[in-house]
Amino acid sequence: MNAVLELASRKEWAAGSDALDESPLVVAGLTVSYGEKPAIFSIDAAVAAGSMTAIVGPNGAGKSTLIKAVLGIVPRLSGQVFAYGRPLRQNMHRIAYVPQRASVDWDFPTRVIDVVLMGLYRELGLLGRVRQHHRERALSCLDRVGMAEFAHRQIGQLSGGQQQRVFLARALAQNAGLYLLDEPFAGVDAATERAIIDVLRALKEEGRTAVCVHHDLATVADYFDNVLLINVRKIAEGPVETTFTAENLQKTYGGRLATAHIDQLKLPA
Amino acid sequence: MFRAFLDAFLFQAGYNAALVAAGAALLGVAAGSGGSFLFLRKRALVSDAVAHATLPGVGAAFIVMVALGGDGRNLLGLLLGSAISASIGLLAVEWIVSRTRLAEDAAIGAVLSVFFGFGIVLLTVIQTLSRGYQAGLESFLLGSTAGMLFADAIVIATGGAATLALILIMCRPMTIVAFDPEFAAASGINVRRIDLAMMGLVMAVTVIGLKVVGLILIVAMLIIPPVTARLWTERAEHVLLFGGLFGGFSGYVGAAISASAPNLPTGPIVVLVAFSLFAGSLLFAPGRGVIAAFLRHRRFQLAVHRRQGLLALARGEAIFDPLTLTVLRREGLIRQDGVATQKGRAHAAKALRDEKRWALARQLYEDEAVGGGYDGLTPIETVLTRDELADIDHRLGPPAPVS
Repeated sequence: MNAVLELASRKEWAAGSDALDESPLVVAGLTVSYGEKPAIFSIDAAVAAGSMTAIVGPNGAGKSTLIKAVLGIVPRLSGQVFAYGRPLRQNMHRIAYVPQRASVDWDFPTRVIDVVLMGLYRELGLLGRVRQHHRERALSCLDRVGMAEFAHRQIGQLSGGQQQRVFLARALAQNAGLYLLDEPFAGVDAATERAIIDVLRALKEEGRTAVCVHHDLATVADYFDNVLLINVRKIAEGPVETTFTAENLQKTYGGRLATAHIDQLKLPA
Repeated sequence: MFRAFLDAFLFQAGYNAALVAAGAALLGVAAGSGGSFLFLRKRALVSDAVAHATLPGVGAAFIVMVALGGDGRNLLGLLLGSAISASIGLLAVEWIVSRTRLAEDAAIGAVLSVFFGFGIVLLTVIQTLSRGYQAGLESFLLGSTAGMLFADAIVIATGGAATLALILIMCRPMTIVAFDPEFAAASGINVRRIDLAMMGLVMAVTVIGLKVVGLILIVAMLIIPPVTARLWTERAEHVLLFGGLFGGFSGYVGAAISASAPNLPTGPIVVLVAFSLFAGSLLFAPGRGVIAAFLRHRRFQLAVHRRQGLLALARGEAIFDPLTLTVLRREGLIRQDGVATQKGRAHAAKALRDEKRWALARQLYEDEAVGGGYDGLTPIETVLTRDELADIDHRLGPPAPVS
């Protein structure tokens, strides 16, 4: 725990003596490898309560792997993860996860509302009956993402953006403090992107925390407070104003990001 | 013949036949609903490896029981042996997939053939052992209910009921794991444990089904009923329910038919009954059936003609296609002479507006699904959400009437 306390106190934006208790997520020395090649190497990071953080980096940088390793979906080689001051496994119920929508088969025989009800698994348990108030909660989550009218639709009939909204609604049903989202804006239409960012901002208003794997450099400054730049190793971490700089981006993307492209971004002055 | 079938069907053919039919029905329900999870998890073929891996266990159990001075044909002992070797086969598949670069299909092929070959060797050894009686173990290949004892039926019934109970308990987490294993893991479900439970379930069904259907065809009882059920429903829990019903029906009717004449093997008959349910469903199921698909195509064709006709009216173009004219006339959208009616003009205006909305939608959403969902016929209101539609209408400006 000492190492983690030290880690948390190093974050100027996670200030205060109770930083560790407040911090929804602290990652220390997290390493994951596929075979003998590390996908992420010794990542340290801390996320402040009520913030919105983007994980940014090039393809293959280990952004999704980082989120999956935090949640224990892929095995860690080393490192520790703490959620709200305790080992993450003990606080899993305070975390909701939105996977990439391409990770599932959308021809699966199920309806939109059934997918959202999966978010209530912790409450329902193995044999608990789905009651009217559960259904109403699922519907209100669908309403928050503008999908209430699609509740009884077959999931195979949805567009990509609508699929993403359903996944977000399922996470809302989990009523968590920390939301981990894997590329929520990838390949969605403009209206869906607005709907998702509205929901995320509302979550932030409620004091909840969101961490998104994000690929669109142009919107980082608009959408997020903090940014975590990684390329297998951590490059930089901190508030967008001081961290999302041309210099750090060049370090993260190397030659893959043309200087001209960086100039077009709305970078903080 | 038919009389004999009817007797067997109605539990009139004697105590033994009734026993077999009830056992086969219960087995069918357990196999059909248990196999549904396997089907939904897209691991149906693993059951084939598990089934074939039972054979060496049957042979080994027989040899051990005889060596210990007991009756080599004791069903409980044989099933225990088959369960042990099936578990080894299952673990071998899992081990190959997780520890080597081989994919699951290769692992299944390797385990299935090696275990089956070893089992056949054991059976041959048993046959050549100079014992005074026939072991009768070949009946485990294709199933035989002829000499079934009451005790055997009790074993099958108990096993079937236990598997059904497990299925009901595991239904919710198994469905979540089958749809989205990553989300399941993140919401605290132990995915590996669920997968093992699912495989255990399949193994239990296989082992208790050995006597009735036989190890070569039990895989059909696990796969065909859920696939049939999928044709009828779009909900996972209904796949489970209908899978169980279809499986139970096949087991019961198949056993009755095989009891109605001497030397009809139970397993193949049960599978043929299951197959005829599948074939019927493939033709007649609403939605996913072949006939429904044909009718849908025809309706679609008419909708295309209606749409083209309305757009032609809206743009003041002449219509030549006879089918288009027929469609429009039948709905009263044009008069006999081809001039648009009041109603026709209103519909044409709406069609033109929807066409513009769709055109804009395709520009706005590069998204494959919306672009692919564009057929000009699906009402746009059912494809896009209200805010998406409002966005498009705002960009288009106020609608223009068709003169």
